Amino acid sequence: MPHRTFFAFMAPSILAMILFITLPILSVIVQSFYQGHEAVVVTVENCTPFGCESQTKVDTEAMAKLQAEAPMGQFAGWANYTNRNHLATAELAQIWAEGGDMLAKVMNLPFYKALAFTLTYCFLVTPLAMALGFAISLAINTLPSVLKGPAIFFSILPMIITPLVGSLIVAWMFNPQGIVGASLQSLTGDPTLSLRASAPLTWVVLLGYGIWTNAPFSFVVFYAGLQSVPQDTIESARIDGASRWEIVRFVIIPHLMPLATFVALVQLMDNFRVFEPVVGFSAEANATSLSWLVFNDLVSADSQQFGSAGATSVLTIVGVLILLAPVLVRTWRDFNRKAV
Amino acid sequence: MANSSPTRLPLGLRALTLGFLAVWLIAAAFPFVWTVWGSFKVEADFFSRQSFWNAIEGVRTQMQTGGAFTGAGYEGAWIKNEFWRAAVNTLIVTISVTAISLTLGTMGGYALARSGQRYAFWILIAALVFRAMPHITLVSGYLLPFFQLNIWGYLPTTIIVLVAINQPFTLWMLHSFFLSIPKDLDESAMVDGCTRFQAFRMVIIPVMWPGVITTGLFSFLLGYNDFAVTSMLLRQENQTMIPKIGSFLGSIQNEGNIMFAVAAVVSATVPLFLLVLFFQRQIVSGLTAGAVKG
Repeated sequence: MPHRTFFAFMAPSILAMILFITLPILSVIVQSFYQGHEAVVVTVENCTPFGCESQTKVDTEAMAKLQAEAPMGQFAGWANYTNRNHLATAELAQIWAEGGDMLAKVMNLPFYKALAFTLTYCFLVTPLAMALGFAISLAINTLPSVLKGPAIFFSILPMIITPLVGSLIVAWMFNPQGIVGASLQSLTGDPTLSLRASAPLTWVVLLGYGIWTNAPFSFVVFYAGLQSVPQDTIESARIDGASRWEIVRFVIIPHLMPLATFVALVQLMDNFRVFEPVVGFSAEANATSLSWLVFNDLVSADSQQFGSAGATSVLTIVGVLILLAPVLVRTWRDFNRKAV
Repeated sequence: MANSSPTRLPLGLRALTLGFLAVWLIAAAFPFVWTVWGSFKVEADFFSRQSFWNAIEGVRTQMQTGGAFTGAGYEGAWIKNEFWRAAVNTLIVTISVTAISLTLGTMGGYALARSGQRYAFWILIAALVFRAMPHITLVSGYLLPFFQLNIWGYLPTTIIVLVAINQPFTLWMLHSFFLSIPKDLDESAMVDGCTRFQAFRMVIIPVMWPGVITTGLFSFLLGYNDFAVTSMLLRQENQTMIPKIGSFLGSIQNEGNIMFAVAAVVSATVPLFLLVLFFQRQIVSGLTAGAVKG
């Protein structure tokens, strides 16, 4: 296809992606080096018959003018990255010097708290959901074909559901007055047990929700993969005396391996931006995520912190790139090998 | 064990499989059943302080409304809190996002599938990286420029943003779909004197619908399920359903009207149920196509 025709076809897509994906990333990077204007303070003398007193107040007029002149705020250098809400370099140094219960202290810093949960979620939910999805696909594959349709229907519901809606539905059940929350309290005999009160419970429930909502994707892909397992290989393995488990281990799993890499890649990307569950479960006291930090900086209409949101965003993007690096390097090598 | 008939499983293993499957299906479906059932009760039943049997029997619902079921939650959400307006906005946003994404995506995906050039490969890799960007990080880049340009808060802005965010995925999916349409088809049309665009319009478009419908389902889901973009880029009166539910949480929960949110959540789930019911085959094949060819 000639270059001209190619770009004529591609132009709208490329334009959309440059305008609304590339430029915002640049804009976020620039933003992350700025912070809001400092309040302009004026001193006013208030004189009454009983004497004069001076009062300091924020000069709103001057603030509005400053805001109009430089909407991005003032240049801050790396300050947004190093302050307490992000990399917290000074705090880390202090914690290091003090010693003691370092982990607990580091987990009190908002960025590290969010990072810890995001990574835990990403690297626990992905493999566990894949294992569950694989088990479901093996199980559904043994059903008589009349039952397969309905079983597939119910199995993909947790994936199709809007993340915010799904997490709300589950969160309401885990509410101390909801069906699961109340049952948990009476089972453990602890009337104060609730998501709000217990950080470990919050983590477990959020991870469980993650597995619940991610497993169907693995299930669907693996289920389709199962349909293409060569019957001859299975047959000959059986004749050679392989047990059921050995057939799964040495025939089916190797056959599904390429699919598993694909699923793992997609799930890691999606789980790294975990966000809605934190909102849906109102879990921010016990578990936050990187995306939630950005959201939290932007959500209050009158005090949006663009610099802070920008810094967190850039750090998140760096995280995504690190996550993708092995894939990118491999693709690049494959491509070069093909070209040679 | 693919396609092995169920009778060949030994009894113990068969019982284990069925038991496991039963547990999973209950875990997958029960939350929905429970919430739909509970949305027709009053708060004192669905969030009962005494026992969850109240939610099943509807003791308080009987006392407060005289019937075992009540539509009060739906009335409050749809009429009093104008959830219908959000539903209309959602309809506009999802239909536009799907239509525009597919138009741009089919053209781009077709070009990517037919060009063997190095840059086509790099565009696909860039799309993969873009696909991985958390949406909220992009949103934090939109806000300031949108405020400056005075385009923040309007539906068209949100639609275009969702289209752009969706584009990497659409391109990948349609690219792999067009690869499965034989090259000879459009090339023979070009030998017969068509331009590339005519070949695309007259030969490719008539045969591309299965792939386009599948991709369209996923574009629809992206527009419908989004919370990060719509909650930050739309003003209160333009909100779609999902951010509206989000704002219910802030305001309504405190006033003791949580049942409005429950009703709204159930209402927002219904279209998704119908979608899976009618398009189950396409959804399954779409996910697989991405996996096998991508």
